[in-house]
Amino acid sequence: MKVALRIQRFNPDTDKSPHFEDYTVESELTDRILDAILQVKGLTDGTLTLRKSCAHGVCGSDGMRINGRNALACRELIMNHKQPIVIEPMKGFSIIKDLVVDMEPFFNKYKSVKPYLINDEAAPAKERPQSEKDRMKFEDTTKCILCACCTTSCPTYWADSDFVGPAALVAAHRFIFDSRDRAGEERLDIVGEKEGAWKCRTIFNCTDACPRGIQVTQAIGEIKRKEIFG
Amino acid sequence: MSEPSTSYGSRPAPTGSAFELFAWLFMRLSGVLLLVLALGHLVIMHLINNVGNINYEFVAGRWSGELGMFWRGYDWLMLMLAMVHGVNGLRTILEDYLRPGKRRTLALSALYIIGIAFLAVGSVVIFAFKRVV
Ligand code: FES
Repeated sequence: MKVALRIQRFNPDTDKSPHFEDYTVESELTDRILDAILQVKGLTDGTLTLRKSCAHGVCGSDGMRINGRNALACRELIMNHKQPIVIEPMKGFSIIKDLVVDMEPFFNKYKSVKPYLINDEAAPAKERPQSEKDRMKFEDTTKCILCACCTTSCPTYWADSDFVGPAALVAAHRFIFDSRDRAGEERLDIVGEKEGAWKCRTIFNCTDACPRGIQVTQAIGEIKRKEIFG
Repeated sequence: MSEPSTSYGSRPAPTGSAFELFAWLFMRLSGVLLLVLALGHLVIMHLINNVGNINYEFVAGRWSGELGMFWRGYDWLMLMLAMVHGVNGLRTILEDYLRPGKRRTLALSALYIIGIAFLAVGSVVIFAFKRVV
């Protein structure tokens, strides 16, 4: 059956600003939106540029704005969307080409919260044990795949690109609440800044957007509570 | 790597200040307090008393009677909390939507000056008030 797509295109060499193009492809309703986009690329216009890799919601490379909401194109079924399906790159980053945005600022912010285990105590012979209860404190935030759907759905981030953004706060949460980590205080200082957790206006777009179902706003709330009550 | 003009660096220089924490906390606490104070105000001014009866006599009576200091305190606390709560909310919005620069400084300065002026005028009225008739 015919599926109508409206895709935002931008070629930095020839275009001044992005514009939309309409495409129709032959697809099953049970196909994913990524399949439809790849059909356009494969059969209609090979210059259409996008990132994708696993096609199974694991790698987080095909985050884009689909009918006004951020999602992974490989996890969205065509039948669940109104046509024409409007496809745009994620907002808030500069566009490199078509659906490919510059993720460098995103990863810089991610790195700024030190998203790795810090513990300079002598390494135990076998492993650093952790109770199930302690582990559950940050279970949710371990699920992040860095697709940037949350950060680029955040109006605060659109307005203020200095804001560290929900994804980096999720990464900070992942280690602040890890009983094996020793740099919690340092991270709390980093995200306790003006452009950190306090910039969150509790809009919940991030939670809606997260393809992994992470309770992003709740994680940020837990960080705020930790900043205040320790 | 050089950043394209619309890309942004990693993180602004840390300030080490807890101001935003207190501002955030203040908004929550003052919000709850205002709920009580403003609702109380609404009930007294619009439900218990008829708006038509609220005039100079009513306010002057309230501020001069035995409970005068209580009502002045009530009104002043409400003024204070509402003003700072509102100004801080506007500061938040302006800082969100105006990039650092002349326009932001101007808008924020105007906001603070107006806020302080209202607070000062209100405080003077509440505490220097003397019944004349
Ligand atoms: S292509 Fe890997 S998450 Fe969609």
